[in-house]
Amino acid sequence: MRKTNGGRAPVSLKPHVIAKPEHPEYIGGSISIQINEKKLSVPMGTTILEACKDNNTHIPTLCHHDDLCIAGVCRVCVVEVEGMKNLQASCAFPITSPIKITTASPKVRKARKHVIDLLLSEHYGECYSCFRNNNCELQSLAKEYGVDHYNFGHIEKPRFEVDNSSFSVIRDMDKCVLCRRCVRTCIDLQEVGVLEAIDRGDETHIGTFFEKQLSDVICINCGQCINRCPTGALRANDPRDDIWAAIDDPNKHVVIQTAPSPRAAIGEEFGLEPGHSMTEELNTALRRIGFDKIFDTNFTADLTIMEEGTELLLRLYKALVEGDSSQKVPQFTSCSPGWVKYLEHFYPDYIDNLSTAKSPQQMFGAVIKTFYAQEEKVNPKDIVTVAVMPCSAKKFECNRPEMTDSGFKDVDYGLTTREMAQMIKESGIYLPELPKSKFDDPFGEASGAGLIFGATGGVMEAALRTVVELVTGKKVESIFENANIMPVRGFEGVKYVELPIEEVGPVPDILKAYFPNWDWLKGVTVKVAVAHGTANAKKVMEDIEAGGKFSECHFIEFMGCPGGCIGGGGQPIPTNTYIREKRAEAIYQEEAGLPIRKSHENPHVSYIYEKFLTEGPCSHLSHKLLHTSYTKRGEYIA
Amino acid sequence: MLVFEKTSLAEEIELLVQKYGDDRSSLLKILQEIQKNHRYISEYAQQEVARQLRIHPVEVFSVVSFYAFLNSKPKGRNIVRLCRTISCDMKNKDAIVKAIERELGIKIGETTKDKKFTIEYANCVGLCDEGPAMVINERVYTKLTPEKAVQYLNSVK
Amino acid sequence: METRKHDRKGEILFSKYTPGDAIKKAIELSREDILFEIKDSKLKGRGGAGFPVSTKWMLGAAAISEEKYVVCNADEGEPGTYKDRVLLYEYPELIFDGMVIAGYTIGAKKGIVYLRGEYEHILKPLQDYLEVMRKDNLLGERILGMKNFDFDIEIFMGSSAYVCGEETALIESLEGNRGEARNRPPYPVNTGFNGKPTSVNNVETLSCIPHIVLHGGKWYSKFGTEKSTGTKLFSVSGDCDNPDVYELQWGITINELLKLSGAHNTKAVQVGGASGMCIPKSQFDRKLAYEDLPTGGSIIVFDESRDMLGVLKNFMEFFVEESCGQCTPCRIGNRKLLEGVNMIENGEYTFSYLNKLKELGQTMQVSSKCGLGQSSPNSFISILENFKDEIFSYNNGGKNA
Repeated sequence: MRKTNGGRAPVSLKPHVIAKPEHPEYIGGSISIQINEKKLSVPMGTTILEACKDNNTHIPTLCHHDDLCIAGVCRVCVVEVEGMKNLQASCAFPITSPIKITTASPKVRKARKHVIDLLLSEHYGECYSCFRNNNCELQSLAKEYGVDHYNFGHIEKPRFEVDNSSFSVIRDMDKCVLCRRCVRTCIDLQEVGVLEAIDRGDETHIGTFFEKQLSDVICINCGQCINRCPTGALRANDPRDDIWAAIDDPNKHVVIQTAPSPRAAIGEEFGLEPGHSMTEELNTALRRIGFDKIFDTNFTADLTIMEEGTELLLRLYKALVEGDSSQKVPQFTSCSPGWVKYLEHFYPDYIDNLSTAKSPQQMFGAVIKTFYAQEEKVNPKDIVTVAVMPCSAKKFECNRPEMTDSGFKDVDYGLTTREMAQMIKESGIYLPELPKSKFDDPFGEASGAGLIFGATGGVMEAALRTVVELVTGKKVESIFENANIMPVRGFEGVKYVELPIEEVGPVPDILKAYFPNWDWLKGVTVKVAVAHGTANAKKVMEDIEAGGKFSECHFIEFMGCPGGCIGGGGQPIPTNTYIREKRAEAIYQEEAGLPIRKSHENPHVSYIYEKFLTEGPCSHLSHKLLHTSYTKRGEYIA
Repeated sequence: MLVFEKTSLAEEIELLVQKYGDDRSSLLKILQEIQKNHRYISEYAQQEVARQLRIHPVEVFSVVSFYAFLNSKPKGRNIVRLCRTISCDMKNKDAIVKAIERELGIKIGETTKDKKFTIEYANCVGLCDEGPAMVINERVYTKLTPEKAVQYLNSVK
Repeated sequence: METRKHDRKGEILFSKYTPGDAIKKAIELSREDILFEIKDSKLKGRGGAGFPVSTKWMLGAAAISEEKYVVCNADEGEPGTYKDRVLLYEYPELIFDGMVIAGYTIGAKKGIVYLRGEYEHILKPLQDYLEVMRKDNLLGERILGMKNFDFDIEIFMGSSAYVCGEETALIESLEGNRGEARNRPPYPVNTGFNGKPTSVNNVETLSCIPHIVLHGGKWYSKFGTEKSTGTKLFSVSGDCDNPDVYELQWGITINELLKLSGAHNTKAVQVGGASGMCIPKSQFDRKLAYEDLPTGGSIIVFDESRDMLGVLKNFMEFFVEESCGQCTPCRIGNRKLLEGVNMIENGEYTFSYLNKLKELGQTMQVSSKCGLGQSSPNSFISILENFKDEIFSYNNGGKNA
């Protein structure tokens, strides 16, 4: 059995552990310092950078990132500390004694300028041909320090080949500044471990195992590295050209679905503060761009809940009542493609625990190219389906060879929030000022349950709302105020909730084929858990392997990215806890105002089960179109 | 790589892990021993070490690539390292290098066809008083002349 | 190379010492007594940085932890330095006795010698010697019958990386990582190997300890100068008749040392290796001492025939390769300096650009993360300054032009 090994980052990369008194007011809890002319008191162990930030003193940074442990490698944030011969990296210097800090002396300014000059001398390419133009931290630093020429020359030839082997993440190491944020993201934050510093001296670069292509190593495509890269060294595999071509082709019927998280974040690409949902403005923009139909991914999120919820009940029934040991419990959610690939690599023995239900994106594709094509009388071969997703792994997911159940590639292109915003900008549209408009029918209406998929805990909340009502026959509002299942919300790494089922109701018509009654669930305490970010997922998986409390769970929601989809690898850059919280707030706010907030109450869902999937959830046809299988990939890198 | 080679390498690594422990701090010791036995640490070996120490393969590769005496690519049975740092350089190390290159028919950084020798430069090996110096595997040879250097090479099996 | 054990002459390190004697004396003293003796000796770290040993040991002794480590830094990699090799080969008893005393004083049970990969040829004799010590109960459990005093020494091999001579990089290496320097603070005396208090001392520093314990700190401080007490091992190489390790009192002038080592027609002396300073003839009366020319012991002699630009190029190539590559000033800065040297060689330089590079060197000195990048510009700056007449005198602008 695998053993835990705690954090993987070397001590040097971890935040300093300084023994601090519990409260700043205790003796030794605070220290008087001086920043420039200002005298103040800070809690023991505060870094100089934190102290300056809290006191409105600007210090430029590059390798520092709020989500990541300290590196102290770029040396942009150096400051002068009185009595010390050398400049100190403010991000890495914990204050443990009264010190006097100067943040912008001539020596400091010169050093920072030199560091920026050096980085620029190695940074191949020009800003105008880079997707991070105007959103690049190196560019901002150059601007801040008034760089108007290359003081130490400028590299004229590329040193590396661009690795565009991956469906999701493209690496262009000629733009890398070696801040190692991607390394810390991959090893520390996500515990995936694809990227590390390779070689030494001036040959040092960020690479993969034996310099293999990203498609050949254990990358889960989460794209968290992209979100934290200060420059254009990491970017998503961009399908915009192909999509423009499809839009321009009169013979193609281009259908687009938008997921909730991009809608909650795309405003940031247009200069809005985080936390503005732009769902209906986006509909208008997409129409103007020329998409033929605009649908709401939340519709298939509702469908996912129906399928996955039914699957859960069936799984529990077979395992608990019929004693079928082939049924693996807990059931794991499968809508996060980063998480799915993580499990396939690191815990392949558990792929039978994954719900076979496809993700909402893939269900949509399959439905569009079958039911929709049939209803609208369009030849499915002429349909191009595009999905706007907060995610880079969705690009990989739609390219999985098994995702062709409609007889065609179910989803042709996954488009990130950033790329979507780019297409809108290219069309000369300023999104925030657009009028609002609705989605198209027949998949234009969705419940709030589908909407909250975007935040960690959302899938679980949506599933519970439906499963609780189907089983108890009571309104979920009678248990949770306004049907808001607060215990599964929030950004805690792993959440665990117990929900006793005291009474059961009659089996609803849609499930009568499977269950004679719910008596077997009476008195059962349903145990569920929610984990976001693969590092947290790993904790849960290690506990399950060790037979801990999570192995007793019935259902666990896993999301590959910290914060869930709103923190996805396709979302606007930058990202940090504050931004992710704001995006989640936007989603929950939007949801609170919706008339329908439970997947099983979505009339379009009922419609599709009446008209198309007539044998109900988890039936033969739904299995063919809406369910999938997984691959035991393992950890070995061939 | 053949299956039985993999198995024997995995067993070898398992023994090393038993010998040194499965903490990360055993990593260098394990890598050094594999390097000594095979003159390089293969892709498979690095993954196996990573698996047994519960770290990521890329972390092992990163460490191997950092240290000059650890190699990811196959080398000759004997690694000849010539000091090129100042004191040896001043004692005419260039003449030694040329003599060895001529004799073996390869350039610095290359391996002979029969895989007997790899020749490399080393940074200061701490024999500045007895330069020019070279290290063949673990043995040191000092106060070299072009002729003596070649004699030493020939004495190596 | 054969193991030599010729009669070395020296007032302290190369004087007579019976293995184990200092340990026997030490265990009769209290830990505080030993700390006071070291304080009185004013011994400073011999690796180059010159940090007071008593301070380091007091912090180590004061650190509260069940587990503490004494690490002997035998990653001697500075170009031109080989004095530790001599000590390791010929005087292992001094080093190991020093480590045992350090363990006793600080309260550590484990000592680790970080031996550079290039010195693998010394591994076997050292291990054999440790066995002898174990047999004599100078190592192991209950040393010399002392209750509560267990201490043993392990030898950890490096795999060739100059930067691992930096103490935090060395600790990273011990932990199985790339030898990349850590952020400081916290310092290793608090947060060292595996997060435990760790006292890292140079081979030569530890070798001084037995003599200080035996003869007292006051006795030791009488050697050398006021601010640089004791003797120093100088490894002399380059253009001289007798390259060797010399034990001399701090405060000796370059001239005197050159005479001893049989150097003629000397044009320049590199003091402190590639990361040190290049001293021209006009300054040969300067003293080797912390207060004038501090050095870890590397002395490289250049006679009139040497091309100083070539020397500088050799140094800069060394740093470009040996930088750990994590921080910007050192990783890119050293390459820019090397490019500058190439420009001079090819006659493609401008003085204004070279001045920019000198300023860059000053930035590297103050903003690099560790001692490597902080000292690597030293030779660039001092050679261009002290030998400009030679370097810029080529007719076509450059030697290869």
